[in-house]
Amino acid sequence: MADGKAKSTPLLDIRNLRIEATVYPPGEAPKTITLVHDVSLTLEKGKVLGLIGESGAGKSTIGLSSMGYGRGGVRITGGEVILNGRDILKGGKEGFRKLRGREVCYVAQSAAAAFNPAHRLMDQVVEATLLHGTATRAEAEKRAVALFRKLSLPNPETIGERFPHQVSGGQLQRVMTAMALCSEPDLIVFDEPTTALDVTTQIDVLSAIKDAIRDTHVAALYITHDLAVVAQVSDEIMVLRHGRLVEWGGTRQIIKEPRQEYTNALVSVHEIEHSEQKPGATPFLSVKNVTAAYGGGQVKVLKNVSVDIYPGQTLAVVGESGSGKSTLARAITGLLPPEQGSVTFDGRPLANRLADRPKEDLRQLQMIYQMADVAMNPRQTVGTIIGRPLEFYFGMRGRERDKRVAELLDEIEMGKGFIDRYPAELSGGQKQRVCIARSLAAKPKLIICDEVTSALDPLVANGILKLLLNLQEHEKVAYLFITHDLATVKSIADSIAVMYRGEVVRYGSKSKVLTPPFDAYTDLLLSSVPEMEIGWLEKAIKGRRMASAGN
Amino acid sequence: MSSPILRLIAQRIALGILLLLAISVLIFAGTQILPGDVAQAILGQSATPESLANLREQLGLNEPAYLRYFHWLGGVLTGDLGTAMSSGQDIATSIKGRLWNTLFLAFWAAIVAVPLAIILGLIAVRYRNGWVDKLISGLALASTSFPEFFIGYLLVYFFAVKWQIFPAISTVYDGMPFGERMQAIALPATALTLVVLAHMMRMTRAAILNVMQSAYVETAELKGLSAFAVIRKHAFPNAIAPIINVVMLNLAYLIVGVVVVEVIFVYPGMGQYLVDHVTKRDVPVVQAVGLIFAAVYISLNIIADIAAIVANPRLRHPK
Repeated sequence: MADGKAKSTPLLDIRNLRIEATVYPPGEAPKTITLVHDVSLTLEKGKVLGLIGESGAGKSTIGLSSMGYGRGGVRITGGEVILNGRDILKGGKEGFRKLRGREVCYVAQSAAAAFNPAHRLMDQVVEATLLHGTATRAEAEKRAVALFRKLSLPNPETIGERFPHQVSGGQLQRVMTAMALCSEPDLIVFDEPTTALDVTTQIDVLSAIKDAIRDTHVAALYITHDLAVVAQVSDEIMVLRHGRLVEWGGTRQIIKEPRQEYTNALVSVHEIEHSEQKPGATPFLSVKNVTAAYGGGQVKVLKNVSVDIYPGQTLAVVGESGSGKSTLARAITGLLPPEQGSVTFDGRPLANRLADRPKEDLRQLQMIYQMADVAMNPRQTVGTIIGRPLEFYFGMRGRERDKRVAELLDEIEMGKGFIDRYPAELSGGQKQRVCIARSLAAKPKLIICDEVTSALDPLVANGILKLLLNLQEHEKVAYLFITHDLATVKSIADSIAVMYRGEVVRYGSKSKVLTPPFDAYTDLLLSSVPEMEIGWLEKAIKGRRMASAGN
Repeated sequence: MSSPILRLIAQRIALGILLLLAISVLIFAGTQILPGDVAQAILGQSATPESLANLREQLGLNEPAYLRYFHWLGGVLTGDLGTAMSSGQDIATSIKGRLWNTLFLAFWAAIVAVPLAIILGLIAVRYRNGWVDKLISGLALASTSFPEFFIGYLLVYFFAVKWQIFPAISTVYDGMPFGERMQAIALPATALTLVVLAHMMRMTRAAILNVMQSAYVETAELKGLSAFAVIRKHAFPNAIAPIINVVMLNLAYLIVGVVVVEVIFVYPGMGQYLVDHVTKRDVPVVQAVGLIFAAVYISLNIIADIAAIVANPRLRHPK
């Protein structure tokens, strides 16, 4: 930020960018909404700017504007995007095609979806380089192999011969980074590149990306909603909200001395005080030595798992994807009958199969899912959705039912006005609240929460966690809380089970599980959670005792 | 390594054979349920109960149905389709030429229709929701909406009667020179093309549009590929399975569904042959043709299934 430097022309200079889209609300005339309101930014060669904000903040939209790209009918209607000294918005379609994949490359959130399943990785990695004619195929492939090696992919010589489905998610994300680097661009737009990964994999990918950026001197726009992640890789951070600039400054200033209230809220988002309850005398639900498998006993996904749940308390089940957390929920609810072992409820065994359980048992166990919007019938109103369990379990009808629905809406801090709304008219957090109300309507003893906050923005997720804790206090309901996010666990759990490859590797009260000495896996899991501290990444990588499984 | 894919293919083929057997039972049962029999058809109004009984005895119609089925099936498996009751000719011999003619017509209609439909589909996707797309979709819709006999007569009116470019009657015979043969089938092939074009083109368009929503299409666009290259290289290979399916259904239609067009142009193919013998109540011929049609239909669908399996990289290259 020295005076001499400020005069050199930046690589990317976005001035008063305005982006609009036309929306078609059902039953209304189409209207134009503004997604980005006159945002300006500059990025020097070889620097990394983090764009941070919740969903709808316009971060991806701004990032993609540097390639002249608008997703799904989004239009750039004002301002200038000056890249390498020229306004790319004046270049037209041909101009965009020439810069995409050559001057600016893109790394998507889900590499698993962003690679074409029909082509080999190498063909896709070198495609842009060959298209723009910056290298011959042999040169490009050599460059790609070197990049695979730099990004510490296994078998760098041969991994390019594979198809996307033959490679794990964390590896694909790195191959995608190699793909972006292969045509030696000046700028890469990273759009939430580690969000879809497990924490233990995220840390590897993050450090690979960071090294690659450092060694190739490429500039980057790093888009994420996770401040702790962006603090590890970027030189500067820009906080956005509702398409407007909130705050822009050096990384240290943003995370240590935020000047805006909203930034401060983002920085301090995860902290909910929740004091642990001691387990009661007897658990009401016991899972004993349960082994479960898919494919007729072929693939064992749960091995000899035993946990207890006490009335009105929360058992958190943590682990990375594929560790068997959701399968445990499926075994308890009877969706996947266990091969061995039993589930006892109130001192009597529960039938293994869902179809063999009486209605009363079904009522006692309710579920809430990660994707609230697909867990609701889009053609039913909120009133119908919440009223359904009231009718089904208690035979409530008419005014009695409506009164109870209104009470439930009140409990989830949503007004009566929502009764006639459809799910599509609700925000993500509101949808999840409706799902909570629907499960509460059955007056269950246990609600199984499967990654219920994972798809939500941090502030919204926080609201949901607080709501769940309040409800637990009033309704004395117990939770089986499945998550991969350790911060959430700290805020809500009374006891914790850590799962790894189908087994419970650590189990006990929250304080016991989170107090050292740790076993190797719990240590890996705990040390992989990004902390909002500069230099955390290097320290964490250095201190690791085992490699993550997702690699 | 290749075992999962081979197993799937073997499974499909076995299922196809089983299905064909089941259909042979249905065909046989169906023709038994029809009122009247060949004896009655041959003797017509003048039949006396005695002469009917005699003829039935002679033709073997008094045996129990299941025995006659196995006789028939045994014959079919050894290439003997029986003799036509109405004319006394060997069915296999007379079908051979007919089948060849039908396949000839279907082949040339397909050679034009399939690539044309797919290219039009690709173009429609490229200019989706623009006037090119609407024009292609509109014309395609119009051509499917017209019944095939209407299209046939329209073609005859303009090309045969008014301008006299092609013959109205598609007579072909053995030893006919290739050029003349092509000229003879020009009109029926055009009619068939128009009938099947729309269906394939619309399915191609829909299948590719479906894939155009994928993240990897965005990736391709962000590499700077031109719109048409994105569709051809990245969208089309992933839409291939549904496209092959609908192409095969239409190829099957070109062979088994040509009855109306063959009758209009008096083309000596399987359709004509079938219609002739249905009116004569010639059960063995109807059975034989029905079975051949079913076999064609099933094998083309098996090919579609296998192509879809082979087109799937997850099955071709297991982890």
